[in-house]
Amino acid sequence: MKVTLWGTRGSLPTPGSRTTRYGGNTSCVEVRTSPRSTIVLDAGTGIRDLGAALDRDLERVDILLTHLHMDHIIGLGFFEPLFRPGLEVHLWGPASAISDLRGRLSRYLSPPLFPVGLRDIPSRLTLHDLPIGTFEVPGAEVTSDLVCHPGPTLGLRLTDGRRSLAYMPDHEPALGVPDFPSAARWTSGYALAADVDLLVHDAQYFDDEYPRHVGWGHSAVSHAVAFAELARARMLVAFHHDPGHDDEALDRAYSDIPADRVVPARERETFDLLAV
Amino acid sequence: MHAHSVSLSRAFYLVGCDLERRTRWRYGSRVASDEAGAREQFPVELILLRQVASSLAMPIFIVDISGNLLFYNEPAEQMLGHRYDETGEMPLEEWSTMFLPTDAAGSPLPADDLPLVKAIRDRLPAHGGFWITGMDGRRRQLSVTALPLIGMADRHLGSMAIFWEAEG
Repeated sequence: MKVTLWGTRGSLPTPGSRTTRYGGNTSCVEVRTSPRSTIVLDAGTGIRDLGAALDRDLERVDILLTHLHMDHIIGLGFFEPLFRPGLEVHLWGPASAISDLRGRLSRYLSPPLFPVGLRDIPSRLTLHDLPIGTFEVPGAEVTSDLVCHPGPTLGLRLTDGRRSLAYMPDHEPALGVPDFPSAARWTSGYALAADVDLLVHDAQYFDDEYPRHVGWGHSAVSHAVAFAELARARMLVAFHHDPGHDDEALDRAYSDIPADRVVPARERETFDLLAV
Repeated sequence: MHAHSVSLSRAFYLVGCDLERRTRWRYGSRVASDEAGAREQFPVELILLRQVASSLAMPIFIVDISGNLLFYNEPAEQMLGHRYDETGEMPLEEWSTMFLPTDAAGSPLPADDLPLVKAIRDRLPAHGGFWITGMDGRRRQLSVTALPLIGMADRHLGSMAIFWEAEG
């Protein structure tokens, strides 16, 4: 299982010379388990470069959306493989209590916000309401569950039978827990992250910023570290950097954290989970 | 693009002590070691409900789909006569006996007549009343309103009760 980060930024694309090393594209992660198909987690602006890099002989793409906040879907219409006739594309995302994925996503992928509607996309596109539970996509077993973030938001756990990844780009498990973390069973996202080899987790705020953003659905760096510790994740990738954090600020924030266990997400970095 | 190999050789939580010193929050490595290997977790709707209940001044009591007690808050402790830290989670048969809800004549109420249980069974709000002896030893008449908890994807998660001391 190879995991590549194509977009690491939270909330808003942040291009420019001050974000070249950690990246300015919003959430997008590729999980590669087979040569003929690939799995894409979220469709932030990072998905555009991923699309351009995918082989022409690819047969199937599964895109799993954790939720439908704009920074996680804004790149969808710019994912070139969607416009390859014949390519099998499966788009998975959460329904709400009153609307399915198609209805929710069409609010963005339709005029006036976007010129091309879902029904006009030429690839063989199938939409799925992402179930809460376990299901299969080519090369991986996926488990999804609701996590603490405003609106229907899912965390994901993927395994190829040998290695495992948990992906929670937007997650505030410390909300309402004054002495975080409390008992594991009462911690949002715990079951998804327990004992994974790689945890990609929200770390949007520096610790001194979090008190001004309680309830916004994101974690402080120290919350992400504590959550990874609770779940016994072998490695934490601190993800969804705040748009206000440039490369120098992120360097400073992570300078004294052991890099073999906690790394700040860097765009285009690949983690080979089989390379022990 | 550069590759980064995941280090699998060391237990991640060993780093916790170092990180505790440089952050403003105190972390509980106790939890991680106590529950090593466990994968169980409550649905996030119940986790958030517990957090809300912990922040409210009115008594709240939460049970799962089988009627098992999951949580009650501090105001509820005062009325029920037992601290949650002492009782923890309990099966329906145990808590319905322990808290001894009775009718006006002092006869124990069957579990099936409790609003919490009705709310689970019927998936509808239920209201009722009973008498109970509180932590202070005083016998109180309580009014109870119980609500079924229906989560996303129509998951039936249990029910919650809000209760208060009845007038007179």
